[in-house]
Amino acid sequence: MSAAGQDVLLRVEHLTMRFGGLTAIGDLSFTAARNDITAIIGPNGAGKTTVFNCLTGFYKPTEGSVILTHEDGKQFLLERMDDFRISQRARVARTFQNIRLFAGMTVLENLMVAQHNTLMRASGFTVTGIFNSPTYVRANREAVEFSEYWLEKAGLVDRADDPAGELPYGDQRRLEIARAMCTKPVLLCLDEPAAGLNPRESEDLNRLLLDIRKEQEIAILLIEHDMSVVMGISDHIVVLDYGVKISDGSPAEVRNDPAVIRAYLGVEDEEEAEAVVESAVAAAAKKPARTKVAAKKLPARKKGARK
Amino acid sequence: MAIVPKSNDVMTETQPLNIAAIAKDVLFTAILAFLILGPILGLKTFAITGSLALEQRWGMVSVFVAIVAGGRLAYHLLVWNKPQAKPARAISMPTLPVMSFGKYIIPVVLLVAIFLPFLPGVDRRIVDLAILILTYIMLGWGLNIVVGLAGLLDLGYVAFYAVGAYAYALLATIYLPAWFGDGIVPWAFFITLPIAGILAALWGVILGFPVLRLRGDYLAIVTLAFGEIVRVVLINWSDFTGGPAGIGGIPRPSFFGLPFTDGEGGFAAFFGLDFKPIHRIIFLYYVILVLALFTNFVTMRLRRLPVGRAWEALREDEIACRSLGINTTSTKLTAFAIGAMFAGFAGSFFATRQGFVSPESFVFLESFIILAIVVLGGLGSQIGVVIAAIVIIGSFEVFRELNFLKAVMPAGFDPVQYRMLAVGAALVLIMRWKPRGFVTRREPSVILKEKKAIPTDLVAEGHG
Repeated sequence: MSAAGQDVLLRVEHLTMRFGGLTAIGDLSFTAARNDITAIIGPNGAGKTTVFNCLTGFYKPTEGSVILTHEDGKQFLLERMDDFRISQRARVARTFQNIRLFAGMTVLENLMVAQHNTLMRASGFTVTGIFNSPTYVRANREAVEFSEYWLEKAGLVDRADDPAGELPYGDQRRLEIARAMCTKPVLLCLDEPAAGLNPRESEDLNRLLLDIRKEQEIAILLIEHDMSVVMGISDHIVVLDYGVKISDGSPAEVRNDPAVIRAYLGVEDEEEAEAVVESAVAAAAKKPARTKVAAKKLPARKKGARK
Repeated sequence: MAIVPKSNDVMTETQPLNIAAIAKDVLFTAILAFLILGPILGLKTFAITGSLALEQRWGMVSVFVAIVAGGRLAYHLLVWNKPQAKPARAISMPTLPVMSFGKYIIPVVLLVAIFLPFLPGVDRRIVDLAILILTYIMLGWGLNIVVGLAGLLDLGYVAFYAVGAYAYALLATIYLPAWFGDGIVPWAFFITLPIAGILAALWGVILGFPVLRLRGDYLAIVTLAFGEIVRVVLINWSDFTGGPAGIGGIPRPSFFGLPFTDGEGGFAAFFGLDFKPIHRIIFLYYVILVLALFTNFVTMRLRRLPVGRAWEALREDEIACRSLGINTTSTKLTAFAIGAMFAGFAGSFFATRQGFVSPESFVFLESFIILAIVVLGGLGSQIGVVIAAIVIIGSFEVFRELNFLKAVMPAGFDPVQYRMLAVGAALVLIMRWKPRGFVTRREPSVILKEKKAIPTDLVAEGHG
């Protein structure tokens, strides 16, 4: 299922990011459709997180443009916006590879902070809020209810009043996603949400993601190494290697793309490569998880290129 | 040493003493002490015309070795021998009583504070000390917004205190009488108070802008420099600020237009009381009490508003804040501005109380004391600030009362001179015992079902 012809939410054009002499992303173009899950995969150091940082304003791309179109036709040039405005106006939310929760605040407080801009407006930028104006009291109650809705989705209602730093790892991952959803985004960028999860936690996470996808009008951009997650839930996959797009298409197309298999297996010799590709294609066609096994065997091939 | 009982061994009864092991350990300690102290204390060189002579003081060494060995023995018998019923995490234990105790202590302290001037045995000296402590409590609460909530280390807080004090001093002595005539003077304090707060807040923003991108140590250094710049400007801009001589003759506050003077039209005459100088002191006490409680009330409200939550989130993780659409620039600036505003209020109170301001009052030591109060109380804790202010400011004053020591100690001994030394040592000990301050719990700002305090070891200290 290609994004072409569909309603395009995010259009990345000729995105290039250089750090000094190092080109982390080179001339990357892809699109993400509204209400689709688009996965960005690639070996370690392929530049996936850099793409996220460019989309969410944490890096200013060297070249190229990132255009986000809301349903009402409003367009945002993300590469020109401040990071917090991307979340505030363009409504792009993200999570982080290494979880960034407010550890000393409760789970509920984490979700309330995510609704900062709504509450700030309701509290008259603190001026009327300090006198407990009815508008603020109502907005505050609604914010708590909205948080509770997402706590239920993430299965964290019982832990609402516990400090976020005390949650188990899997719960923290889901809380970070719930927190991102509390900003009411149109695009949710998830940076390796399944990293370090055990199979049960991974299943809880999949359930949350599928739930979000089914019930919310939202597009998801996903970086993930776990191929069972990627193949299981994504509609569209973009494969990066050394910051360059090497494949782009539906899971089935990508799975059978020799370039992808070469990038993951890292074979040098041409003949050998073909042999490996053939067997790998056959294996991958049977069971998607195989690709992951192959990837896991050679994860460090391109390590050290960049952070 | 090997025979020190492991603290996580749960023992309910006293262990039988292992005499041989203790004797061995004490002997070893004595030998170690002798080896260290022998050369240091035992041998002393002194000059006799043209050459060096060596004096041997083995008697003194043996006394010190005996003290060390005796101390070690006492430790064995009294401390390490104690039944250990509590589990290994000893550090978090002392925090619990403070909290449950805190529920009852707050209303009691508040009641005592409200009726303090009328309690039996309370004289002018005690009310004066209470005013001083309340001023520091207010400053501590103000700084708590910047350091405790927003996690921005500010070593130049006294600059805003100075802005408030000079704003009142200049407006009340020169500008208000010049603009509105002398009739305004009794009201000067109440008119100037908000102006002083606004000016200080403005300076908070002025400081905030250049330091927005700084974190941690760098932020601390720049704020320290800012505090010094303000003081140096006050010293050198003589035409405006009076230079090192300061500004004197600052009008004392009136009771809403009624001056505290003897005779016609004064406070005492109006209310049919006998004139007493303490009336003014008591009035000042209530002014600072109201100001301090106002600071506390506003801070507590702000914590429950989105801006307060954003401050705390900023302290926890700035990058996550930005990813959630929080404008960290304006969030930091509001923290600086509101923190500075309360220092401005406190500053103009200081000016009206003293009747005199000079740059001498706004040295780095003041910033340090306020910061020490906040850190010692426990970052972000309101009641912690109260406890720490009473401990620190109170202990300064206690040293003035130790005159009996003069009789015991050698001539020329003045206990007041040792107060900073003793307070410094106390700070080190307290931070060793409770590294996160007196109150090591954070209260959540919003609750779904049940309130649970958050242990501060999870709470970030902020990195600028």
